Amino acid sequence: MTERLLEVRDLYTSFFTDAGEVKAVNGLSFNLDEGEVLGIVGESGSGKSVTAYSIMRILTDPGIIKSGKILYKGQDIVSIPDKEMRKIRGAKISIIFQDPMTSLNPTYTIGNQIEEAILLHTNRTKKEARERAIEMLKLVGVNEPEKRVKQYPHELSGGMRQRVMIAMALACEPDILIADEPTTALDVTIQAQILELMQKLQKELGMAIIMITHDLGVIADMCNTIIVMYGGRACERGTADEIFYNPCHEYTKGLMRSIPSVVGKRERLIPISGTPIDQLNLPKGCAFAPRCDNAMRICMEAQPDEILINKDHSAACWMNVKKVYEEEAGKEKA
Amino acid sequence: MSSQPLVEVKHLKQYFPIRTGFFGTTPLKAVDDISFHVDEGETLGLVGESGCGKTTAGRTLLHLYKPTAGEIYYDGNLITEKNIKNYRKEMQIVFQDPYSSLDPRMTVADIIGEPLDIHHLYSSKEERKGRIRELMDLVGLNSEQANRYAHEFSGGQRQRIGIARALAVDPRFIVCDEPVSALDVSIQAQIINTFEDLQKKLNIAYLFIAHDLLVVRHMSNRIAVMYLGRIVETADADEVSDHPLHPYTVSLMSAVPVPDPKLARSRQRIPLEGDVPSPLHMPSGCSFRTRCRYATEKCAQERPELKEVSPGHYAACHII
Repeated sequence: MTERLLEVRDLYTSFFTDAGEVKAVNGLSFNLDEGEVLGIVGESGSGKSVTAYSIMRILTDPGIIKSGKILYKGQDIVSIPDKEMRKIRGAKISIIFQDPMTSLNPTYTIGNQIEEAILLHTNRTKKEARERAIEMLKLVGVNEPEKRVKQYPHELSGGMRQRVMIAMALACEPDILIADEPTTALDVTIQAQILELMQKLQKELGMAIIMITHDLGVIADMCNTIIVMYGGRACERGTADEIFYNPCHEYTKGLMRSIPSVVGKRERLIPISGTPIDQLNLPKGCAFAPRCDNAMRICMEAQPDEILINKDHSAACWMNVKKVYEEEAGKEKA
Repeated sequence: MSSQPLVEVKHLKQYFPIRTGFFGTTPLKAVDDISFHVDEGETLGLVGESGCGKTTAGRTLLHLYKPTAGEIYYDGNLITEKNIKNYRKEMQIVFQDPYSSLDPRMTVADIIGEPLDIHHLYSSKEERKGRIRELMDLVGLNSEQANRYAHEFSGGQRQRIGIARALAVDPRFIVCDEPVSALDVSIQAQIINTFEDLQKKLNIAYLFIAHDLLVVRHMSNRIAVMYLGRIVETADADEVSDHPLHPYTVSLMSAVPVPDPKLARSRQRIPLEGDVPSPLHMPSGCSFRTRCRYATEKCAQERPELKEVSPGHYAACHII
């Protein structure tokens, strides 16, 4: 049986700024099992990165986890002391960031930076750590790893730096790898290399991945299960095929209509109207309601709960509730 | 109606001197001998990875950089440093970043009105005001908000301001330099549609520069693919996407992540080894040969020229 690695329960994360409370994550729950590749997709401001930072507990001031539980193998890591968290962070749960230039320290060699995690979390000696660093660089496809460990980040290209980030994150064989927009800053051909590498490593090492991105193409390519986020909540979740071929939330439907098709005739795009939500003033009802063409009165009034569409799929949209009612009414008439 | 292209570029080169060592400079060949044309009312997509020279090509075309060599024609007339001012009205640009390309200290009315002021396109204050209102309506902005500042608008709306500014002088040609890549998917579609509507309404030609191949395919009639300062392939948009010929284009197309799980599973990626070489130390012969799986002796010695492989489909490769 596959083990449940991570359970996020009713997570609320806010930033208390001078302008007011920015509610970045609003009651998000999800599970992550061993070996699963979970995609979290959403546009900027949907709370997907803040979710990652909350799990890693690397939120910067003024952001705090207001309430909710994050269970790593059954242990709540929201409430444990920093010292305990440090044993998990980087060793059990690792993260790679979008921009490999700013997330590597320019004043240390890349060997030093990979070794730091190894020395911190294992009993290896410095020499062994260096060997492990070289081994990791080899694993992620960096050529001449013996030479590279002595180089500084600026001597490497963007794609190489992202490989170094991955080597660093995986050096202690974590159970969970969180990838926060890992390829957004890279060119298409380099992106393909990195995605290929992540897929290969996932198969070889068997870790679970949380893939955070705004790129539906990357999600379709990489993930078994998908959570679509809007306004800090999961508006829809399910298997990749369910989300792409049978979207049941008005926002997801809109997203699918607004991307150019890959093959065939070029049809006019159908954009989602309006502008992204203002997180300082979240609407009372469904966060997407102000931009939704089919919004009903109830959408403005109350937040919809997630309801099950089928065993692989659920969505939080009043339209689905309406559909159920209409079907019931139809049956009664008949 | 003449068959003459609206904008034509012949053997354009743009080298930037880079200081190497204490005394010498080495030319960085950002754009190295490219030729293309854009017809009236059509869209030419220019794609390539970062550093391939697509942005430089767009800017040099508008004489924002002084070209190192080559000729640029507008409507058959050679554009020079001296007469470019007369053509600024005809050729405009929309930039990538809607945050840094608008002056934060100017109101929207002044941003859109500035080109009107420069080209003396109104006779009274009322007329200027009316024209600004008209432009804002045209790109889908609320003209009541003309006195607001750029920071009060969202990314998508700012991009609309940038478009309105370009349209102010009634251009027939606009260079769109990554105009949607800074925007969220849902907003991207709005801006793409705006570009399409304007083209239909005003018959504007676009040079659409972007790295998102799905967007470029959607927008363009024809596509030119650049690699290290040169055009390696150009053809009809569907032809380039569906039947690419140049090994680089083939890899590029196969690397595009497709938003379709079933297709993604069935598709074979043709990965490219390694990174783009430094433009300061270009490989001899074909600049792609260091990453090309088919590279032969000839590729190292001779630089392949663009040749017509099938009608309207050009590729620069020895093995085709």
